Amino acid sequence: MKRSRIGFSAVALLSASALVLAGCAASDEPAEGDNAAIITTNGSEPQQSLIPTNTTETGGGKVITSIFAGLVSYTADGDVENEVAKSIESEDGQNWTVTLNEGWTFTNGEAVTSDSFVKAWSYGALLDNAQSSSYFFDNIEGFSYDENSELTGLDVVSDTEFTVALINPEADFPLRLGYSAFMPLPESAWEDLDAFGENPVGNGPYMIAEDGWQHDVQIDLVVNPDYDGVRKAVNGGVSIIFYTSQDAAYADALGGNLDILDAVPDSAFATYESDFPGRSVNQPAAIFQAFNMPYYLEHWSGDEGKLRRAAISMSIDRAEITDVIFQGTRTPATDFTSPVIAGHSDALAGSEVLDFNPDEAKKLWAEADAIAPYGDSVFDLAYNADGGHQAWVDAVANSISNTLGIQAVGKAYPTFKDALNDRDANLLTGGTRAGWQADYPSLYNFLGPLYVDGAGSNKEGYSSPEFEKVLAEGASASSVEEATAKYQEAQEILLVDLPSIPLWYSNVTGVYSDTVDNVVFGWDSVPLYNEVTKG
Amino acid sequence: MPTNNTGHHRPGQKHFIASLAETPVAEIDQVDETGKARSTWTDAWESMRRRPMFWISSVLILLIVVVAAFPSLFVTYSPTECYLKFSNGDPQAGHPLGFTRQGCDVYSRIIFGTQASVTIGLLTTIMVTLFGGIIGALAGFYGGILDSFVSRIGDIFFAIPTVLGAIVVISVIPVRDAMSVSFVLALFAWPQIARIMRGSVLSARNSDYVTASAALGVSRFKTLIRHVIPNAIAPVIVIATVSLGIFIVAEATLGFLGIGLPGTVMSWGNDINQARVTVRTHPQTLLLPSAALSVTVLAFLMFGDVVRDALDPEARARR
Amino acid sequence: MLWYAGKRFLQMIPVFFGATFLIYFMVFAVPGDPIAALYGDHPPAPGVIETIRAEYNLDKPFIIQYLLYIGGLFQGDLGTTFSGRSVTDVMAQAFPITARLAMLALAIEAFFGIIVGLVAGLRKGKLFDASALVISLLLISVPTFVVGFVLQFIFGIQLGWARTTVSGAAPWGELILPAIVLASVSFAYIVRLTRASVADNLGADFVRTATAKGLSRRRVVTVHVLRNSLVPVVTYLGVDIGSLMVGAIVTEGIFNINGVGGTVYRAITLGEGPTVVSFVAVMVIIFVLANLLVDLLYAALDPRIRYAN
Repeated sequence: MKRSRIGFSAVALLSASALVLAGCAASDEPAEGDNAAIITTNGSEPQQSLIPTNTTETGGGKVITSIFAGLVSYTADGDVENEVAKSIESEDGQNWTVTLNEGWTFTNGEAVTSDSFVKAWSYGALLDNAQSSSYFFDNIEGFSYDENSELTGLDVVSDTEFTVALINPEADFPLRLGYSAFMPLPESAWEDLDAFGENPVGNGPYMIAEDGWQHDVQIDLVVNPDYDGVRKAVNGGVSIIFYTSQDAAYADALGGNLDILDAVPDSAFATYESDFPGRSVNQPAAIFQAFNMPYYLEHWSGDEGKLRRAAISMSIDRAEITDVIFQGTRTPATDFTSPVIAGHSDALAGSEVLDFNPDEAKKLWAEADAIAPYGDSVFDLAYNADGGHQAWVDAVANSISNTLGIQAVGKAYPTFKDALNDRDANLLTGGTRAGWQADYPSLYNFLGPLYVDGAGSNKEGYSSPEFEKVLAEGASASSVEEATAKYQEAQEILLVDLPSIPLWYSNVTGVYSDTVDNVVFGWDSVPLYNEVTKG
Repeated sequence: MPTNNTGHHRPGQKHFIASLAETPVAEIDQVDETGKARSTWTDAWESMRRRPMFWISSVLILLIVVVAAFPSLFVTYSPTECYLKFSNGDPQAGHPLGFTRQGCDVYSRIIFGTQASVTIGLLTTIMVTLFGGIIGALAGFYGGILDSFVSRIGDIFFAIPTVLGAIVVISVIPVRDAMSVSFVLALFAWPQIARIMRGSVLSARNSDYVTASAALGVSRFKTLIRHVIPNAIAPVIVIATVSLGIFIVAEATLGFLGIGLPGTVMSWGNDINQARVTVRTHPQTLLLPSAALSVTVLAFLMFGDVVRDALDPEARARR
Repeated sequence: MLWYAGKRFLQMIPVFFGATFLIYFMVFAVPGDPIAALYGDHPPAPGVIETIRAEYNLDKPFIIQYLLYIGGLFQGDLGTTFSGRSVTDVMAQAFPITARLAMLALAIEAFFGIIVGLVAGLRKGKLFDASALVISLLLISVPTFVVGFVLQFIFGIQLGWARTTVSGAAPWGELILPAIVLASVSFAYIVRLTRASVADNLGADFVRTATAKGLSRRRVVTVHVLRNSLVPVVTYLGVDIGSLMVGAIVTEGIFNINGVGGTVYRAITLGEGPTVVSFVAVMVIIFVLANLLVDLLYAALDPRIRYAN
């Protein structure tokens, strides 16, 4: 029983720190709004049909989390709250028992039962179904990356109870259950999943309006009258307008055609606060930005590589770049996670390597040159030119040039596809930009997928048995405090090795019109639509 | 001379040729193969050198070319030494035009950007005008299967999005510089000039002087070179001189889409593109390279005007 | 004339196959795995990527992919986008919007371009001519992404005369501002072209003859000078249809228009072969037709141009 609380106490700890960071976005007196008013906000055409286990990008994710309610949901601070779950309990962190609240229904009238979850998860995990979120189930018994294999770890006890057997203990397992991959699906979905994906039936605070999804134009959500969870909407619905450029969305916000914008374009960094006085948001988000130096490059492995990585890191004036180029919409990094995640730290041992220190940088670079001279080699930093990265890449390159006296330049790939190709094929000639947006609010989500040997996003070939051992200890720790300590220890190893050179955390920057009130941005950079009042 | 437009005459009609002796055609188009070569082209030169506009634009173009060739003669500060503390800074001693967003000297960057930009503008224009012009002239003059074939190839090339071509070429040619960008732009822009030239040649090929020169026994090809092209080239020159500027800006647009010159190559397009995000707060960093571009285009527009007038026998006669 | 037009229609067949083959090859030649790139920094499991690749035939050699596409084409199936939509649906959505935008832009640039060019040509060297030159220079020297951004800011936000972006249905009224932006560069071309032609033709015999016959200046200018000056302008307009439709990437982005340019651009960056090829194939057909129309117009504008046969 004691263990069962793990996830929740983690949240309490987190909420304290996150509240401070988030400032006081919520007003104490809830504004009166029109219960029927429709809020307009920006989004993008979902990349796939709306099946929860096949939605990993933000365009579709926004819709999924609005029209579905999982076992738990996240508060603005990344805290978990029970939704369909009555309790999620485990004695050992490995075998979990999930009990459901009664009375939840899908908007077609079907009851939400254990089967709704177990069938959806089993479908999502099966290799042949090729669901993009399949790897989220990889710690459930029976999962396989290589063959069709049923999730034997899922066992339905009754309509309101099922058990989950994990391969390895995972103390914060409940933390990931609010992610879109873990949503329930009604029986009707299995009749024709393709048709379902076009017109999904969920159990969340909103549902898709009749003919609500106009492809490449917008998606209209209306309130689900039967929803009775913690995210009950105080407005009539949300229309998500699809934009292909943030500039266009910002122009619409300025022109009064958009109530809430959740991403201010760089062309408005200098002006958004005066354009929307008192109606703008700028707070850290769960997005970590860095660049990686591949281990297969000459000069960048072994002791020489370690010295050079540290030298490069200390030659970048993060504070000045976030201030001038980003106008304060980025927060200089002090670790490998994000300030909105419980357990984030700005005082890790060795974090001074992230401070701007030209003298030390020159000294370390010279030490590396003593091992093998760098000569006139050009230091380049690869980025995809279709992502708006040029300004900061140039600024970072200039900072490195100015400090170390080497020629540092940005290297633009025309498309993300192109850049990824060279990254995957180990064809980089220098560093590469790397970013990570958390799927769910946990330290592990920032570390496991990126730095464990063979993990999907560890593309530059970092391999440290020591790091992996500490990380595993953290994952199976018996308390949140212990887990956090281990994750921090693991990051201290990263600070020495610098497989990734942390730059900054992206802030969520948003603006909203004077027609709406009570706009609070969540830990995942998405506004909590259900709490917004209008009219 | 074009025929009069009253509709009584049809090219090739007998009485029309009979009236040839009374027209000034033979006088102006002295197709005397034994006499001293005095072609339209030499006439044009005689006419041009008497016009001040020719000398003004020539000097301007020469200046631009010298700046492009030897940029370091004109600057004292390095265009690549950039400090964020100067970001978007106002002009100060030694930095007459202020600083870019990255804190580089705007003046130095404009001077150093001249090379890539002017290369792209000139090279692309030359490639497009030569290739498109020749193809279009041949298609319009000879017609028939050649015309069909060439025109349809042009249709295919023009329908291919330049962006796709640019991405493919960038992937195939590892070096991204002014040359490769010019090549991409030219590859997809030549059909425009070819169409214009073809239309213009179609108009000119049935004129009296063509008929006349045929009657005088001049070969078809010589007629095309000596008489048809000089009379048909005016719109091509207009398009070419305007295109020069368009190509320089196209590089900025390619950069905007992420497939222009790499950030390491200095060009007006790159600077315009990078200044885009601060256009509301610091428009000068965008407008200054645009102004350099305007001056360049103006020089070539004036030059083109003079050349066009010089090649047009009627305009020459009017002066 | 009919035979001429019929021949041109027949020419479309090899053009169609030539263009589709070439474009499919170009999309194929762009390096990178389109499926792996779909997921950004969060790649799915390798097995998942393989399965999806197979689903889109991306695991097959180029020529097979192309033949599969052509095979589907004859059955009326143009394939699907990576988001699972049928390309036919996407085309049915994008082409009407773009056609409206391009027609408006064409009308704007032709109308204003010819008038300004005509007056500038008639008053060569005067103030009006110089002003037209300055405006043209400005439009040439400042890229569309800046012109669009600035006009959107002034007319959409500060003055509120136009909607800042175009709504999903893209009615004519909302497309006027984007059409002006789109037409701006071509406007400069047309002004210069018209001006040059008009100035040339002013001295021509037929104008002198017409004036000598006692025709009013107005009639001389509109019927004789202008008509004879329009051949290059009409040629240019014919060529421009293509740029206006598929080259409107930037303008469409600024005004959030869901049209051909942006769709093709995104399909190119994603490596979505069937989408790119289907769109461009339609563009080629439009292009051939537009040029046919231009060639037929020549005969009407300039009696000297006759098509043999």
